Amino acid sequence: MECSFGLVGKGYTLIASDTNSARSIVKMKNDEDKIKVLTPHLCMAYSGEAGDTVQFAEYVERNLRLHQIRHYTELRPPSSAAWIRRVLADSLRSRKPYQVNLLLGGYDTSDDTPHLYWIDYLGTMAKVPFAAHGYGAYFALSTLDRYHDPTADLEQGLETLKRCIEEVQKRLIVGLPKWNVKIIDQDGVRELEI
Amino acid sequence: MNSIASRFASTSASAAISRDEEENQVAASMWGSTGGFGNLGQVGIPSFEIPRVPDPTNFLRMHTDDRNDPSCRIKIQHGTTTLAFRFQGGIIVAVDSRATAGSYIASGTVKKVIEINKYLLGTMAGGAADCQYWETYLGIQCRLHELRNRERISVAAASKYLSNLVYGYKGMGLSMGTMIAGWDKTGPALFYVDSDGQRLKGDLFSVGSGSTFAYGVLDAGYRWDLSEEEAQELGRRAIYAAGHRDAFSGNTVNLYHVKEDGWKFIGNYDVTTLHYEGPGNVPGAVPGGYGYDVRTEGLHSRGAATVA
Repeated sequence: MECSFGLVGKGYTLIASDTNSARSIVKMKNDEDKIKVLTPHLCMAYSGEAGDTVQFAEYVERNLRLHQIRHYTELRPPSSAAWIRRVLADSLRSRKPYQVNLLLGGYDTSDDTPHLYWIDYLGTMAKVPFAAHGYGAYFALSTLDRYHDPTADLEQGLETLKRCIEEVQKRLIVGLPKWNVKIIDQDGVRELEI
Repeated sequence: MNSIASRFASTSASAAISRDEEENQVAASMWGSTGGFGNLGQVGIPSFEIPRVPDPTNFLRMHTDDRNDPSCRIKIQHGTTTLAFRFQGGIIVAVDSRATAGSYIASGTVKKVIEINKYLLGTMAGGAADCQYWETYLGIQCRLHELRNRERISVAAASKYLSNLVYGYKGMGLSMGTMIAGWDKTGPALFYVDSDGQRLKGDLFSVGSGSTFAYGVLDAGYRWDLSEEEAQELGRRAIYAAGHRDAFSGNTVNLYHVKEDGWKFIGNYDVTTLHYEGPGNVPGAVPGGYGYDVRTEGLHSRGAATVA
């Protein structure tokens, strides 16, 4: 029952993820950070098969760090997304694929553009203005269709994100009380309180 | 002097080379065996014997999955209750002692706490052999870490070593749900590691078929500033609750307390005795049995409501 959202506004990308970690019917933890900071201007929300998620996220994190060390510069969001998609696509055709779904949010400092990519474990990638993974998609995509504004300032963007979270908390049978929200803009990655 | 020092320095490059040469020269017979040691001590990647069938994972499942096929030949131990929690005075680790194979109680005196070393404890849920083997193996690696780095391994590193190890076998039939508890230079630390490869840091965990019952008592009574005696009593009561309600848990409770100077075994308590008489004269315990019928004996709800 994991759930994550992402949306783009004027000069920023927002990513939100629930903080639950469950095994069978038991909630093992309620403050797990499921958004990884990959580079100074890139974030990844991950969900899916237990074990695969963290292993995959750490693999991506270290490879992007390696790129930064080798080239004295961070990999830009579109290239990062393409590389991550490729890793998943190769993995899908291996004996034991990573079953991980991702939302990739970044800010390209070279042309001042916020980016958001929706990626699933099959290696599908889409560049989108807003996105959702998990059951939240069934509830919040219509909300986002109605309220999303690509020119919204941060306050309006957070408002829209809150609408989505509130809708999930109202209608989804499983309660997701705590959410982790990160913003990526020209200043880098910050965590936000909602 | 320098040459003597370099012979004992583990970081010296020349020492590393000569150790490799030594391993190549020493034949099995030099160790007192003419039969050899299988692939032990060989240089290279060790390998497992696997069944000569197209799909070993499926083969194992076919013969061990007692949930789908109760008549399967090998039944793996599954039912268990284990718990551990961090609090002001360290970490409490408590487990039951029942081993079941299907509906049969195979043993009532299992040690489900694995003493990895003086400062590290592991708990056992899921496949008994898997937990016992890999946590003992973890103990070996922790000791090697200590010898190589002249420093005790952190709980975070030890648990990550285990989670990376079992992740390598993901989907091949390993079954473990374990908690690694210990004290390192950061203080008390607790991690949950399972055979899915999931690894979580936390203050309070319970694992096994009786975990829901244990959580019910644990969550209600848990506070960070519990005294040591109160914490031990809470651990005891939580495992008792699971032993009472879960058919696959029970027999006895084993209680450990991890403190700055290492872990300490507190005691072994019979669940039936806890039910009728309580833990006896131990600090933190209220006199009387834990059982509902014992606790409420002679009480009734008859009569008009009293105003508070």
